[in-house]
Amino acid sequence: MGPTPPPPPARPPAPPRDPAAEAIGRLTRRAFLVGGVAAAAGLGGWAWLRTRGAAGGVPWPLRQVHRVNEWAGRGLYSGGRLAPEFDPARAGEPMVNGNHGRPAAADPAGWTLTVTQPGVGPRTFRQAETASLPRVEMTTELKCIEGWSQVVTWSGVRLADFVAAHGLGRRPDGTLYDYVALETADGAYYVGLDAPSALHPQTLLCDAMNGAPLTVAHGAPLRVVLTVKYGIKNIKWPTALRFQDELPADYWAERGYDWYSGL
Amino acid sequence: MARLEHKHLRAVRYFHWVNGPVLLVMVWSGMLIYWSYDPYQISAGGFVLVKFFPDWFYRALDLENGLATGLAYHFAFMWLFALNGLLYVAYTLWSGHWRELRPDRRTPIEALHVALHDLRLRKEPPPPGKFNAAQKLSYVGVVGMGAGSLLTGLAIYKPTQLWWLTSVLGGYQTARVLHFALTIGYGLFFVVHIGQVVRAGWNNFRSMVTGYELAPDTQEAPHGTNSPAPAGPPARAAS
Repeated sequence: MGPTPPPPPARPPAPPRDPAAEAIGRLTRRAFLVGGVAAAAGLGGWAWLRTRGAAGGVPWPLRQVHRVNEWAGRGLYSGGRLAPEFDPARAGEPMVNGNHGRPAAADPAGWTLTVTQPGVGPRTFRQAETASLPRVEMTTELKCIEGWSQVVTWSGVRLADFVAAHGLGRRPDGTLYDYVALETADGAYYVGLDAPSALHPQTLLCDAMNGAPLTVAHGAPLRVVLTVKYGIKNIKWPTALRFQDELPADYWAERGYDWYSGL
Repeated sequence: MARLEHKHLRAVRYFHWVNGPVLLVMVWSGMLIYWSYDPYQISAGGFVLVKFFPDWFYRALDLENGLATGLAYHFAFMWLFALNGLLYVAYTLWSGHWRELRPDRRTPIEALHVALHDLRLRKEPPPPGKFNAAQKLSYVGVVGMGAGSLLTGLAIYKPTQLWWLTSVLGGYQTARVLHFALTIGYGLFFVVHIGQVVRAGWNNFRSMVTGYELAPDTQEAPHGTNSPAPAGPPARAAS
């Protein structure tokens, strides 16, 4: 028998537990758990939003936000606030973007604008009937919802003057109808305007651009021009105008854009 | 033994982590909008250096034909972006956190030193502190850019009602260019930011999630136990 084996060496003392390392471990687990849940909730919300049914071409929650933004925009709106005017020397020809509703040929003599409102039969106006109103010329910046803009000199008569001169647009109690609907002859293009924007002092029934009569491409014989809306609301070749309290249909609002589109 | 050191206020961490994804949605929807009128480029002597953006870029990120979608998301998430940013600024002012970010006269030159150090062109490391000079300039700068995005955004959102703001910013198209340029600025900030976070390592990243950093214990911890105190905002105000 050999000598008894030496006793096994004593185990080294356990290293002292590092309270800081333990604490950061706890904090890290908790924080990443909270963060993970928050991230999952965020992604879940995003997936929910992306898959909602469309209302006018966009997920309906975004359509609701458009309405909230409209409410904010109407709150911000002041009819006395005018878009800046520019030196007419800066004016140029804007791009022709919309051709919906464009007539085959210009027919100023045969052109009429039919105005209707509840309880009143349609009234038809010829272009010459707008000529007696004071003419307005303004050099303002047309803004396309695509992002480009162009300084243009517009001239014509104020829609507000036209409406007032013919006693249009008011309910029997004298207050204004909420909305104005405008439409081309073939119904291919149509826009809705809130009454304050339609009667803004820079909203024109326009028949001339940059010192020359409108061309057909730009809306001859008459188009609507506004400085408080994007170009999409500046309807060309309108032949019907309705005052109403129901929200009017709007071509681009049915295709994902904000109905109000106010600037 | 290491000790825990409180680094980032809870509220600041929340604002930061909310801002990231919200800003991402704003940039994405902004690019959907920009696609429909995208004339910007950087050129020198008739030679185009950078075109914003080449067709392959739009195709790769599926940014074509999405104007209405882009506007809808942009004008929804703008509220979150603005609210989160305004709350952050208000909180920073109220809590006194702004003092940790406040640059002084020497900050610009020190920031240059930090940059040179990070590029290994200078040996001397920046003096210790919660934020170095380059961080102070970047973080104050990016908050300023946020304010710029908000203002230029309002100027092109309501150019008639807010015509004075649009005019001050140089007009509608200038405000749009500025709004776009700020977005490119976020992209550059993001690249550097992520690079620096990766460089700084796990302990630093973890501090932006947990609020705490493990620091080597060079001195007796002030409270002995090292147990983390709850992050009460005003208590950190004077640090």
